[in-house]
Formats: sequence, structure tokens, C-alpha cells
Amino acid sequence: MSMTKLPGWRELPEGAVVRDVGNTETIDVSGWRVFKPVIIDEKCTRCRLCWIYCPDGAILEVVDEKARMGKRYEVDYMHCKGCGICWRECPVNAIEWVPEER
Amino acid sequence: MPRLALTTNYAVAHAAKDSDVDVVAAYPITPSTPAAEKLAEFVANGEMDAEYIHVESEHSAASALVGASATGARAFTVTASQGLIYMSEVLYIASGLRLPMVLGVASRALSAPLSIWGDMHDIASLRDAGLMIYFVSSAQEAYDTVIQAFKVAEDPRVHLPAIVDYDGFVLSHVTEPVETIEREEVLKYIPKSITWNVLNPKKPISIGTVGDPDYYYEFKYQQQVAMENALKVAEEADREFERMFGRGYGIIEPYRMDDAEIAMIAYGAHAGTARVAVDKAREKGIKVGLVRLRLWRPFPSEQLKKLLEGISVVGVLDRAMALGGPLQGPVALDVGTLIATRMPDVRLVSFTIGIGQRDVRVEDLVRVAEMLDEISKGKEIPMKTIPIGLRE
Amino acid sequence: MSLKEVGPMQEIRNHMQIPREEYIAGGHSACQGCGHFVIVRHLLKAAGPNTIVVNPTGCLEVVTTVFPYSSWRVPWIHVAFENGGAVASGVEAAIKSLQRKGVLPKDEQINVVVFAGDGGTVDIGFQSLSGMLERGHKVVYVLLDNEAYMNTGIQRSGSTPFGAWTTTTPVGKKWKGEWRVRKDMIQIAVAHHIPYAATINPAYPVDMYNKMVKALKANGPAFLHAYSPCPTGWRFDPSKTIEVARLAVLTGYWVLYEYDHGQYKVNVPVLKRKPVKEFIKLQGRFRHMTEEQVKKLQEIIDQHVEMINKLVGKQVIGPVVE
Repeated sequence: MSMTKLPGWRELPEGAVVRDVGNTETIDVSGWRVFKPVIIDEKCTRCRLCWIYCPDGAILEVVDEKARMGKRYEVDYMHCKGCGICWRECPVNAIEWVPEER
Repeated sequence: MPRLALTTNYAVAHAAKDSDVDVVAAYPITPSTPAAEKLAEFVANGEMDAEYIHVESEHSAASALVGASATGARAFTVTASQGLIYMSEVLYIASGLRLPMVLGVASRALSAPLSIWGDMHDIASLRDAGLMIYFVSSAQEAYDTVIQAFKVAEDPRVHLPAIVDYDGFVLSHVTEPVETIEREEVLKYIPKSITWNVLNPKKPISIGTVGDPDYYYEFKYQQQVAMENALKVAEEADREFERMFGRGYGIIEPYRMDDAEIAMIAYGAHAGTARVAVDKAREKGIKVGLVRLRLWRPFPSEQLKKLLEGISVVGVLDRAMALGGPLQGPVALDVGTLIATRMPDVRLVSFTIGIGQRDVRVEDLVRVAEMLDEISKGKEIPMKTIPIGLRE
Repeated sequence: MSLKEVGPMQEIRNHMQIPREEYIAGGHSACQGCGHFVIVRHLLKAAGPNTIVVNPTGCLEVVTTVFPYSSWRVPWIHVAFENGGAVASGVEAAIKSLQRKGVLPKDEQINVVVFAGDGGTVDIGFQSLSGMLERGHKVVYVLLDNEAYMNTGIQRSGSTPFGAWTTTTPVGKKWKGEWRVRKDMIQIAVAHHIPYAATINPAYPVDMYNKMVKALKANGPAFLHAYSPCPTGWRFDPSKTIEVARLAVLTGYWVLYEYDHGQYKVNVPVLKRKPVKEFIKLQGRFRHMTEEQVKKLQEIIDQHVEMINKLVGKQVIGPVVE
């Protein structure tokens, strides 16, 4: 980060408070991954366990009337760090564990 | 305005009650305990509509105050000595978080050896913590200053915690007549208005974040600017107080300084003793004046400089010892800095008095005036702090 | 199993009812597979938006709030390491006072929740927690227990289990990992005469969610002791966080039970316990343990299980079955 682009003391909020809460969602942590989860929608039973157990809130539960059972699960690859909990906990092996290619 | 006979401890408790404090968190410690008891009595009797948190330590008292203040409450506590230094970690944070809580401190010596008696080692340890520090010289002034402290602390130009410091025992336990002010009148002076950052589910913010090397410095500088603002705001607050209630003190108080050639600087209860000593020394033909420091942080450099113009020698009477420093008096070190940078013609002498409640007699301070007088007439200036009342 | 999601502050029957709203954003810098975030995500869902979080120093605080960022979509405050209980006491007292004076709406419950680590709770924050519990502040205090000081790099705490390697209980010629038995925080909390205390575990999200709801509705302080696997400090693959958490329950290492207004109840009975070696073999921190040490750890667990069976008055956690 270049020092000149950062705000000066007059522009910074009093007491180092953050008002734009939840703004870590703008941070891309995809670079942490060595492997990535890939959801195979046909195999997915919509059991929701991947969504439940994700520490990064990186499994998205998408409401979609066209999808089977009205919803589907997607990986938010910007926030997925590749821990693999979803892959390991999926009871029907509907998540594949794929090496990242960069 | 009801006139009551109050100790300074009680006066401070009354001021918190009359300021409509919302949350009190207090832990007993000599000599501030009676103030904590009085506050409990007010809440118990329904005279004060506050939550009283019976914390299990001073550290938790300060922490609970931070929590309360960060939720929008007017928050207050009293403490002293070991209790104050136990709080100190949290007090630095309260300042960094810019929370306008107010503390009454009945200043007392620090262990070891253990001493329950008065001096100002406790408050001296908080000099750089980022809290405003008022020294008062009477129960009335303590009452008025707690109210003023809320005014200044809550001012959007400031948003810093404040301490009202009064000498343990000499002030804390001595009864004087105090004019109190009706709560409604006090609240006209300090209306309840939450201008600082608070926790509110309707408008969530995060308080107490990590400041990495890209940001920490800027936030510390903001605190310094707030301190600088506090100087002006404190003067304004004092003038407004005087306009509304008829009593004003200034942030620095001169006594017989107009024609003075030498001066003493004192603070707290012993400024009263120094005043009598000035009168006595004047009778002996010594042209001495007195400056009473009412606000130590922020330090009123400009105001002091103005008062010291034309003075040849200034002696600072400190009630604490900054061990191992170039001088022992903590205020003397500040005055020394002012002189070194702005008034090279003034000479400084540092004295320590009243350490661990050592008696401070008028004649001791008359002797101080005489020493200053001798130095002004060419006697060699001592390079070390002169301990008054110490047995050889 | 596809019942509708419920709103916050309501108990659920299955995990399909957990609300979708997230109160903690992604993009934080917690390690891969961090147990804290599985727990905190769901506890916040249970609490809902009318919640103030007090977060003493620790992993959770540091990874979510480096200025100018914050992951917290509910009001959040961090003050120091050892004062979560006291800060929360002040927040709660202020809410009470300001509600009484009409500054805050009188009829809305604002939840006050502490998320603290084991260092900030069982060690340096112990006194502050005790004061908060004893004084009866209506606060839910959640201990996120990863069994060591992980934020400073894996040093032992009063919650580190027997046998565990940490950087301050290293394995050497004389020391073989931690040799003392951890504090029993539930019993300590209950001894403060509080209405509700419970253990929770991220592998059991419905139990965890419902206990949070009960804790929030308790008429006084509530204490939740959360088991939070730490892949970094415990030396296991981050994909195994839930597996490790589950095994802790199945071995009786972590009994899911509650104390609810005077009544003890085991929420997840384990009729046939797995031996503790099944649990420790997944974790590098126990790798050095001798047979004798494993036996000692098994005994410690057996004693704890026996104590809980006594508390509930029947054998709900059964014997070890190889």
C-alpha cells in the first residue's frame, strides 16, 4: 500500500471506529486456497450441511425456483479459503476437491 | 442552590448525582471510599436514577465504565492510589476510544511502603494516558469541576475521559460548605446529548479495532489534537459555568502575580497553604506570587507563559516524585520544558512537598519563597529537586 | 426436513430452520477451518440483529477488525484481554439505565453477548467473568475454547487438556506436554447461582443454536462453553474441524449438557463411548503421548463423565466400547 493514498488524520474517524461494518466482504481471500471445493449439483441433496459448517460463510444458499427443490448451493470463491470442511462433511460426496490452478 | 456541609468526597458524589449520571461502577479504596458509599446511598434512596455496578476490582470499574460510556451512558467512578494505577491499562484505552467518562480521584501515595495517606504519586502515573486531569483546591471546586469535566469531556471537539483530582484526606475528608446546584439547572449546562461513538443495534459500528502501522500514528495524533482542543473548551466551559452559576476558576489561577518578581507554582490543597505563605513572604518584603495549576492535562503552556512573563525565578511545588528523572517533580518537568523552549530567561527550581502526607507548614513554604528570592539575587541555583520536610 | 427458517430468538427443531441472515461477514483472516467462526455464525443467527457483542482480545477479535475493516454487522466492542465480563456489565447496565430513562426504547430486548477465548476467560479474564456472573447481569458469555493461547502462537492456558503439546508445555526430556487437569468452567459458572450454563459444539448446530436461544432468554447471566477446534494449534488438517469436534462428543471428551434453572440435562447422550485414543490420534498436539499418558487422559475423561452422570441422576454417557 502506498502511504500517500491513505487518509490523513483529519479524514480518519474518531477512535478508529469502523462504520462500514461487514466490509471484510470486500477482501478477496481466494489466494489462500490450494484446493477448491466444486459442488456437483446433480448429486446435491440440499441437506445444507456444507452451508452450516462453513467457517467463512462461503457457501451460498441460492433461492432459485428453477433449481431442484427451489434452491441450490454455490461456493463463494472470493471468500472460500479452501479449508475443505464442506468437502469432508458432505454426506453424499457431492463436493469434489480440486487442486487450484493459477 | 442548596448549601450543604460536605467533604470533598461527598461533594464529588453530589456532583455526579446532580449531573444525572446513568452508570456508576465503583470499588472501595481509601481515601475515596466515602464517595463510593455516598453514591450507593443516593441510588439506594432513589435520589439518583443510575445503575450502580458493584465491581470486583478497579480494573473492572474502569472497564464497566468504558462499556457503559460506549453504550451512551454518562458514566462516573471514584478511586485512588493502587486502584487508579490498577485502572490505568483501561484508562489509556478509554482515551483511545474517545469516551467521555469522568473519574473522581482522591489522590494517595503509592506502595511500597504501603501508605494510605495523601500525595499525588497515583495521578502522576497517569500524566500521559490521554485523560484530562483537573486539580482542585476545595470541596466547592471539586463539586463544580466534576460538572465542568462532563461538559468538556462530552464536547465533540474533545471526547476524552477526564479526572477530577483532589488530595486524599486533606480535601477528601474535610468538611466545607458547598453550594450545590439543582439537577435541572445542571442539566441546562450539560444537556444529555450523545455525540460520541456508541454501540447501537440500529446503527452498528465496530469500536476498538486494531491500528496497524499504516494507521496507529494518525489515531494517536487525533488524541493529541483533542487534548489541545480541550484547553480552549475547558476555558469556555469555566466561563459559561461562571455565567450560569456565579463561580469560575480559570484553568490556571494567579495570586499576587501582578507585581511579582519570583513565583511559586502549586496545585491541589497545598496551593491554599502556598497562598498564606505568599502573604507572609510579602510581609517580609519578598515580591513573590503564586500560580495555581487547575488543569494539568492538557498543560496550559500559553496561559502559564503569560503569567510568568517578567518573573526571574519560579519554584514548582510537587506532591509526587518522578524517580530517577532529571528533576523529581512531575509538574516541574513540564514547567522546565516550557521554560527551556519558550522562556530561557526564567530560572526553575523544583521542590517536593507533602510526600506520603508529610506535613506542609506555612513556614516551609515561606522558606521556599526566601530561597527563590536568594536565587533571584544571585545565589547559585540547585540542580536537583529540593525535598521540603525530609529528615536528613 | 424442509421446514421453514425461523426468526432469531426462537428454538428450532432441525438445521433447516436456521435463518439465512449472516451477521459476520466473510473475508476475515481466520485460519482455514477455524472452529470459532462456525460457532459465532450460528450464535449470532440465533441472537439476531438486536445484539451488542463484547469481544475481548484474541483470535476472533484480531482476525475480524483490523482498521479500516470489520466483519461484524452487529455493534461490536473490544477493550482489552481480561475484562470482557466487566465491559459487558457496563454495556448491560447502560442499556438498563437508558431504557428506564427513555433514551433507548423500553420494550426492545437488546442482547449483550461476550465472545471470549479460553485465555480471556479461564485465565486473565476469570475475575471479571466471576464478577459479571455473581452480580447477575443479563449477558450471555460465550467461551470459545480452543484450549490454548492461539493468537500469540499456541501457549498453554488453564484450559489446555492433559497431555497436550503447546509451545510453553513442549515435549522434552523432562516435560511431555501439559501435565495438569484443566478447569471445569461449567461447574465454576454454575457455582455463581446463574440460571443457565451449557456446553456447545459446532458439530451439533441445532443443539448449539437452541442453547443460545435459551441463554438469551434466561433471566440473568448465561454461560456457554463452546468447544472450538483449532487446526493450527492442534495440528490437524483444517478439513477435519467438524470431525474432531464430533469425536470429542463421541468419546465423552466433550459432553454436551446443560444446567437450566437448577436442572442438569445431557443433550446428546452417548451410550457407547469411543476410546479417547480415537480422538487424540487425529491431532498432532497429542502425538507424543505415551500409553501411560493416554491411560491417564482416559481416566480424567471417565471421571468427568461419571460426575455428569451423577448430576443428571442416570447413566446417559455410557462406558467406553472399543
